[in-house]
Amino acid sequence: MIKILNTLSIYILPLIITVILCYALYKKSPAYEHFIEGAKEGFNISIKIIPYLIAIIVCTAMFRASGAIDILQNTLKPILDYFHIPIETTILMVTRSLSGSATLGVLSDIINQSGANSYAAKLAAVITGSSETTFYVASVYFGAVGIKKFRHALLAGILADITGLIAAVWICSIFFL
Amino acid sequence: MNYIFVFLILISFICAIINGKMDIVIDEMLKSSQKAVEIALGLIGIMGFWIGIVNIAKKSGLIEIFSKAIKKPLLLIFPDLKNNNEAISDIALNISANALGLTNAATPFGIKAMEDMQKENPNKNNATNSMCTFLAINTAGFQIVPAVVLAILTAAGMNNPTQIIIPTLIVTSIAFISAIFFVKILERHFK
Repeated sequence: MIKILNTLSIYILPLIITVILCYALYKKSPAYEHFIEGAKEGFNISIKIIPYLIAIIVCTAMFRASGAIDILQNTLKPILDYFHIPIETTILMVTRSLSGSATLGVLSDIINQSGANSYAAKLAAVITGSSETTFYVASVYFGAVGIKKFRHALLAGILADITGLIAAVWICSIFFL
Repeated sequence: MNYIFVFLILISFICAIINGKMDIVIDEMLKSSQKAVEIALGLIGIMGFWIGIVNIAKKSGLIEIFSKAIKKPLLLIFPDLKNNNEAISDIALNISANALGLTNAATPFGIKAMEDMQKENPNKNNATNSMCTFLAINTAGFQIVPAVVLAILTAAGMNNPTQIIIPTLIVTSIAFISAIFFVKILERHFK
């Protein structure tokens, strides 16, 4: 079952690209020009996240070098080990509801430190890919129309975030351990 | 975020003093800022490629077709919007764009959807049930292709990074369903 799903993982991307290209062909839409236009935007996005990456990578690197992470690690280790959660991913679990760019920074940092093929990197990637920054989305969307009373929106978002985290830990242990 | 940033750096200095590692911390501080820029530069190629591909889908109208298909099922989650066709269309477009990893394109649709819902809101300061539902499913971040994550993994040299797509899809679906579940339960208790 896992094997089938893993194969499916590899084919999703080519499948989506094929559908997109064929539809553009069918609609006689200028695919090449639109690609270039989008690629420019992709370039801008990469440049735009540099300040966020610097902020997060520097402060977590310092945090690690100072030995503070060891203290945290030793305190939480028994619990984390029980659930197969690598210690590096704990910071990610906090930042992912707060800031998307910061989360990307933490993800890069984990991959950098643990290696791209490590379990920590895979779990971190799944956590990042499956979540959206709850507080950011709430402030942008409600802020845009002047809603002041959020009612249950934030609580539901956070509960869903926590469910997502538990699911990520569980699903990743099935797939990658 | 402000607190986390300041807290991490200050704690680092304090721990560095206690552990006598100040030289290493300062060294890391200078080196890692360099590293951050290298990572971002590594992203340019893949981000450019993916956003380029998805832009083709956006411009050819494929995303609109997709959003039309999910409009009906969406009405089950947003029963209050039965007569607000514009809002439900914008919500569908927002979810479609997000699903492809087009966060930047999704945000304007999302804001537009909020404005459409605000028009029919009797109390302009309070969020309606539909608004809360929309926000909650948005924060669950449903994505078919986590483009940025794939970009980072590829740039870091992971062997076949697409292996994370299915696990991510399963997790994001669980989060999505639980968001709907929680928001429907909670809306009865918050007036």
